[in-house]
Amino acid sequence: MFALPGKLNFVLPAIKPTRRGFLLGAAAVAGGFSVGFRPDPASAQSADAQASPFGAYVTITGDDQVTVISSQFDMGQGSYNGLATLVAEELGARWDQIDVVGGAGNPALYGNLAWGGAAQGSGGSTSMFSSWDRYRTAGAAARLMLVAAAAEAWDVPAEEITVADGMLSHATAGAARFGEMAARAAEMPIPSEIALKEPGEWTMIGNPDLRRYDSAAKTNGTHDFTIDVKLPGMLTAVMIHPPKFGATVKSFDAEAAKAMPGVVDVVETPRGLAVIGEHMWAAMKGREAVTADWDESAAETRGSEEILAEYRALIAEPPAAIARQEGDSAGAIAGAAKVIAAEYEFPYLAHAALEPLNAVARMGEDGVVEVWGGHQVPDLYQFIASQVAETTPDKVRLHVMKTGGGFGRRAVADADIVVEAVAAARAIGWRAPVKVQWTRDNDMRGGRYRPAYAHAIRAGLDDAGNITGWEHHIVGQSIVAGGPFEGLIQNGVDPTSVEGASHLPYALPNQTVGLTTANVGVPVLWWRSVGSTHTAFAVETFLDELAEAAGKDPLEFRLALLGNAPRHAAVLRLAAEKAGWGTPPPEGRVRGLALAESFSSYVAQVAEISVDGGNVRVHKVVCAVDCGIAVNPDNIRAQMEGGIGFGLGAIMAEELTLVGGEVQDTNYDTYTPLRIDAMPEIEVHIVASGEPPTGVGEPGVPPIGPAVANAIYAATGKRVRRLPIEKALRA
Amino acid sequence: MKAKFTVNGAGREIDVPEDMPLLWVLRDGLGLMGTKYGCGIAQCGACTVHMDGIAVRACQVEARELNGVEITTIEGLGTPDSLHPVQEAWIERQVAQCGYCQSGQIMQAASLLAMNSDPSDEDIDAVMSGNLCRCGTYPRIREAVHAAAEKMRS
Repeated sequence: MFALPGKLNFVLPAIKPTRRGFLLGAAAVAGGFSVGFRPDPASAQSADAQASPFGAYVTITGDDQVTVISSQFDMGQGSYNGLATLVAEELGARWDQIDVVGGAGNPALYGNLAWGGAAQGSGGSTSMFSSWDRYRTAGAAARLMLVAAAAEAWDVPAEEITVADGMLSHATAGAARFGEMAARAAEMPIPSEIALKEPGEWTMIGNPDLRRYDSAAKTNGTHDFTIDVKLPGMLTAVMIHPPKFGATVKSFDAEAAKAMPGVVDVVETPRGLAVIGEHMWAAMKGREAVTADWDESAAETRGSEEILAEYRALIAEPPAAIARQEGDSAGAIAGAAKVIAAEYEFPYLAHAALEPLNAVARMGEDGVVEVWGGHQVPDLYQFIASQVAETTPDKVRLHVMKTGGGFGRRAVADADIVVEAVAAARAIGWRAPVKVQWTRDNDMRGGRYRPAYAHAIRAGLDDAGNITGWEHHIVGQSIVAGGPFEGLIQNGVDPTSVEGASHLPYALPNQTVGLTTANVGVPVLWWRSVGSTHTAFAVETFLDELAEAAGKDPLEFRLALLGNAPRHAAVLRLAAEKAGWGTPPPEGRVRGLALAESFSSYVAQVAEISVDGGNVRVHKVVCAVDCGIAVNPDNIRAQMEGGIGFGLGAIMAEELTLVGGEVQDTNYDTYTPLRIDAMPEIEVHIVASGEPPTGVGEPGVPPIGPAVANAIYAATGKRVRRLPIEKALRA
Repeated sequence: MKAKFTVNGAGREIDVPEDMPLLWVLRDGLGLMGTKYGCGIAQCGACTVHMDGIAVRACQVEARELNGVEITTIEGLGTPDSLHPVQEAWIERQVAQCGYCQSGQIMQAASLLAMNSDPSDEDIDAVMSGNLCRCGTYPRIREAVHAAAEKMRS
């Protein structure tokens, strides 16, 4: 057996936007050319800036194909389409000549600029923020070099050449397709000054009619996911993980399994047993015949109820760390005319993406280990894969696949599925490519959940109904502790535990936001909108309680606190206006509203619901979003719709249950995401903005839960303080 | 066992274990990767195909049941040059996000429209609620089914 290092030398800097200078680089490729950038040597972090043969940003080939090489991972949220839009806009390409592939292996090219640029990765809805200048500049540089090539070929001034719809044209010299000039363009001098289009010149950015470039492939069955990777001689494996987190393999008996037709081998990986078959069904059948004993001496044996009971005890204690302190909250609350307090509980949640986790690994004849998968943090996975393969990172090549959902599950500190695939392929002596394909129960029980949390909020009001003090205490596990992202923790505060609570847009004169991080052995992870999945619920439902105690309308109460937050106030006003807030709702219905900023995008939602006995029906949601410049308006709508569905399913009925340390939910029969019959009508309004674009993959999620809970109170007089709602209403 | 059946109009004969689900016969046996695995217990609908014209979950049909049947998968519903109206509507309404569940959604929707040429929202919800979409494309699925129904009626 081989061990993974406990901690990798891969600490990300604190997340803060930076801009780095770039020098342009270009290279000839077969029959065409590629445009990329080298970081400015003065600002490059040379240790990370290893040279890579694996690509740049844009490649144009002789057959007129324009391929964008994406630094950003696409799990369905449309980041590939967004980057394609930026390149096509500046390049002057035809939309139907654009394709996008995933890049990897070169943090100097692909480092996420929202994270300081040192490492490639997607998360925190940063793809458009990181790519906005980078990919527009790449497209513009490629256009300038094509123009220079045509000017030379036709012996005309470059200024007389126009570019549109994938064609270079000159009034007298004629016209050429990009592909015809690509080879010559690669020889052109690299432009030193690159002017980008003015917003008034855009035809693709902001175009509501631009369709996703990948729609056809995702409609006719030809789009390839990792599950669809086919390689000569490839074998397929399913996993047997320890039933409790933290347990390890003591011994196993695979003789009966290996005697079964189609079962090739059963091998140990650092994370459990891989049952390898000639095909999926053989592996699944073989798995039933394997018996294993586990060393559970270090395993987590508590169930979710026991864990939450401990959180209930901890929430009453003073917080272990302080995330935000302004003024004297305790004194202000002690002297308040009225004190309101509430406690909240949130369950573990599974990502439960439709495509269960998977990865394919093989070693080529050149000794390079190739891994296909949904590599959301590629540099980290490349490094870990090299450790498992006992080689160096330059001998690992990642193929970044688009995945069937993700919602955070593909960005993990320990590269779980990559480790399993590489370890399994290595264990059989690299004699065949191995696809490790998790079954649904592997996926549901495979760990990395949205943590369970307990919250307590207390606030004081004066006689006029103004908030005098605010105290918020959060108890739960840290997502980043103990892993390569641990550097994010400052003064004992994991920012992912308190985001959405520690820097509220509301003017709160005396406030303390505290965190107690619990030590629990259930692996946890970011889950679409991360901290705001729970903080927004607690804050926004509590604000409604305060508004009621103050005798004020929830909208007016919030707006009065948003004097210094114009973008927050604007989305809230817009959603309320479009939803008819303040006018009577249709017969039998009530409304609730909520506001949340996450990842620098601002979203407000008004939910219109009815309650019949214990059944909540969400009929309609009006959503307003400000995400800066709307690059792909239709995709922004789609992400708001999807985010609302994702958040609504979770708060209504999702709960992952552990008993005695073992996950009880193995499939969609007991873990129940939203289905179409519970999906409301959704209306999305996008705020016109000239601010740089921010993300939309996650920010649609946080407001829906509190908006619905606030409406439930309006309908029933019952405050929802424990999720999921359907369970709370039954209690 | 030898399973002899028709897939997308072509006769196929394949030697597979008799308990092997059609899902894996299609994917691992015949290399038709458009039909997706999501749950294996008929809870998600990602593997929906048509068997003798009826929408079924391919994870629930065993190889021993296949002799003589006609299977249509997403690859056979339309052709790139001549898409099925449901596929056209799916593109026009920009339904897909990750796209993983959409083969199953489209096969289920095509089956619905074969039985009901003008479904209401309630009809759509009732028939399509067996197909999970974790990306939440449901509002556009409703729109696209209505749009496809209109195309097929005209």
